[in-house]
Amino acid sequence: MSVKTLTIDNQLISAREGETVLETARNANIGIPTLCHLEGLSTVGACRLCLVEVEGVSKLLPACVTVVQEGMMIQTHTERLQHYRRMIVELLLAEGNHVCAVCVSNGNCELQDLAVEMGIDHVDLTYQFPDRKVDISHARFGIDHNRCVLCTRCIRVCDEVEGAHTWDMAGRGHTAHVISDLNQPWGEASSCTSCGKCVNACPTGALFHRGSTVGEMQHEREQLSFIMTARQQQQWVR
Amino acid sequence: MDLTQLKQSTSAAQKKYHIRCCTVGGCLSANSAAVKEQLKTAIAASNLTDQVQVSGVGCMGLCSQGPLVRVETENATEVLYRQVQPEQSAAIVSSLTQSPHPEPVDLKTQPTDSPFFTRQHRIVLENSGRIDPEKIEEYIAASGYEALHHCLREMSSAEVVDEITRSGLRGRGGAGYPTGLKWATVAKMPPGQKYVVCNADEGDPGAYMDRSVLESDPHRVLEGLEIAAYAVGANQGYIYVRGEYPLAINHLQTAIRQAKRHGLLGSQIFDSPFDFRVDLRIGAGAFVCGEETALMASIEGKRGIPRPRPPYPAESGLWGRPTLINNVETYANIAPIIRKGADWFASIGTEQSKGTKVFSLTGKVKNAGLIEVPMGISLKEIVEGMGQGAPDGAQVKAVQTGGPSGGCIPADAFDTSVDYESLKALGSIMGSGGMIVMDEHTHMVDVAQFFMQFCMDESCGKCIPCRAGTVQLYQLLTKFKEHRATPADLEQLEMLCDVVQHTSLCGLGQSAPNPVLSTLRYFRDEYLVAMVEKT
Repeated sequence: MSVKTLTIDNQLISAREGETVLETARNANIGIPTLCHLEGLSTVGACRLCLVEVEGVSKLLPACVTVVQEGMMIQTHTERLQHYRRMIVELLLAEGNHVCAVCVSNGNCELQDLAVEMGIDHVDLTYQFPDRKVDISHARFGIDHNRCVLCTRCIRVCDEVEGAHTWDMAGRGHTAHVISDLNQPWGEASSCTSCGKCVNACPTGALFHRGSTVGEMQHEREQLSFIMTARQQQQWVR
Repeated sequence: MDLTQLKQSTSAAQKKYHIRCCTVGGCLSANSAAVKEQLKTAIAASNLTDQVQVSGVGCMGLCSQGPLVRVETENATEVLYRQVQPEQSAAIVSSLTQSPHPEPVDLKTQPTDSPFFTRQHRIVLENSGRIDPEKIEEYIAASGYEALHHCLREMSSAEVVDEITRSGLRGRGGAGYPTGLKWATVAKMPPGQKYVVCNADEGDPGAYMDRSVLESDPHRVLEGLEIAAYAVGANQGYIYVRGEYPLAINHLQTAIRQAKRHGLLGSQIFDSPFDFRVDLRIGAGAFVCGEETALMASIEGKRGIPRPRPPYPAESGLWGRPTLINNVETYANIAPIIRKGADWFASIGTEQSKGTKVFSLTGKVKNAGLIEVPMGISLKEIVEGMGQGAPDGAQVKAVQTGGPSGGCIPADAFDTSVDYESLKALGSIMGSGGMIVMDEHTHMVDVAQFFMQFCMDESCGKCIPCRAGTVQLYQLLTKFKEHRATPADLEQLEMLCDVVQHTSLCGLGQSAPNPVLSTLRYFRDEYLVAMVEKT
């Protein structure tokens, strides 16, 4: 395997061939914010938070899908990028109904973490207050579409890891939403194995364990990372 | 089968008179099918069936004056009738037999020596309005499939790629990527399964060039697609047509069936080792499926949403295989380039933009319709010369090129030459060929709001800036439209345009702010007025 050397934030870094910019940066302890990305799942480049500037490329590139090349000069935290990231998080906060004070995931939410990281204490954009549904037809889990950021982690983990493909996307644009099976209530979705992987993959409180109240929801990412390690490295270690 | 055999087997006897009636597009909507039937009835009634041939043909260009009927007499003189009503058919037929041909008083004729016709240079549309799109015989008689025959028999695939590269043809879908370079990239991928795709998911509001080409001359696109497949080493093609074009789909299906019957599709075409099959895929009404990665996802049967590039389709396209994807008009240019040579094609147009471009000239313009003009023509010539300006003596204010991805060009910049670079410098794009003329009664904020609503409705919802940003932008523009905007709104509008433009995943989102940015650039005062009028 050959090695590439590149510069990220003026720091000379070596990377394995075929690695993405995001992986390389994280290995070098350079944090690039992400939302749709989840270790072990396919990458979609949808949240646009990991956009970075690459010298010689006019467009901003998503770090999660951009493969490292020899001699790349990458900037991950310019003022411009930070501004864009802040705006993207603001767009998300204004788009759904994200009320931390009454959310099961309060204190355990990636969207909340991002907002804190970006220093967002208020949102200038117009709140949309969309009329969205809550589905608690499943015996163990619930989905609150008000808190969904459409990262599609649940769709991918269900399809790629569990192999059930219970989740999918319906509608488009601002009416796009996650559906179970053929747009049935989750409790009636016969393909669902009730494995809970989607609940553990969800970055916000959109998917939750029934019975948990404000701030009680925990995402057990260890369940996913255990399976990923087992699948990818054939090591069954916790 | 050999080409000469094919020509002989398909040639038909010529009659003394030929009446061509446009039976596609706007004319069809204006009841031209009834006109054609009435013409046939009138001819039978006057016992002229052996002298007069009536055929339904494709678009003649001046769509705003439809239904159009073109009468050709024995000495090749032509009369073009406009706004023909079915009951006027008898008058047209009786005018044929009287000598000299009197001009029927109740019929409206259209002079064909006006700039609308004379300034055109028809390459893509050379057969449009001339041949019956549902008859392969007529396409073959008009030198059809000669280019394919020449490629398969006389040229190596590398020579075909080289010929297209030398011609300087650039993608007619809007972005203007050099076609030869794209072909060469796919051709250089290791041998194996490859695909060619024709993007006929034309969706820009006010644009119908591809629809017209497919309805008027479907074999031309098929031939171009086959030549492309031969050049890059593909044996399977897909034509992705939007479902809103039932007649285009119908004509394509007919064309494919006829081509198969004549051995022009299938195995060992023209006794060469080249095999090629083509299938239609019908779009289900998503504008974003015109974006190549979304289009391919849709062909594969998945949800039509874009994915990040690279990898580009040339490297990893349909089912992960190298895929060549071009627009309808690009393919329609291929056969003439092979037939007449790359040098001929490169002699037309400007240094950077070769050949011609088809535009659908619509909006506040007298002569609305489909035109094909050489690159480098000025906007003034198109709008004022060919289009004859706005109706009712109004002043033309701007034109919008490139649909929701393009921008407005103000009237004082109409001396600009129409080519990829010049339009880009003005903050617009060539686009696929929509050209919407606006006059002094058009409010530019309304225009921006209309296009933003279009982008908002057509956003697939995958990436956040496009999904949520277009909604915010639309709401801000609505505030301006309703004179509720504040200076802070203007600031936010410009800031959000920048965010959506630079962070969206695909071309739809990246170009969605263009109409706002270009109207802000040239008509900022209209936005300012929208604020001060607030009480």
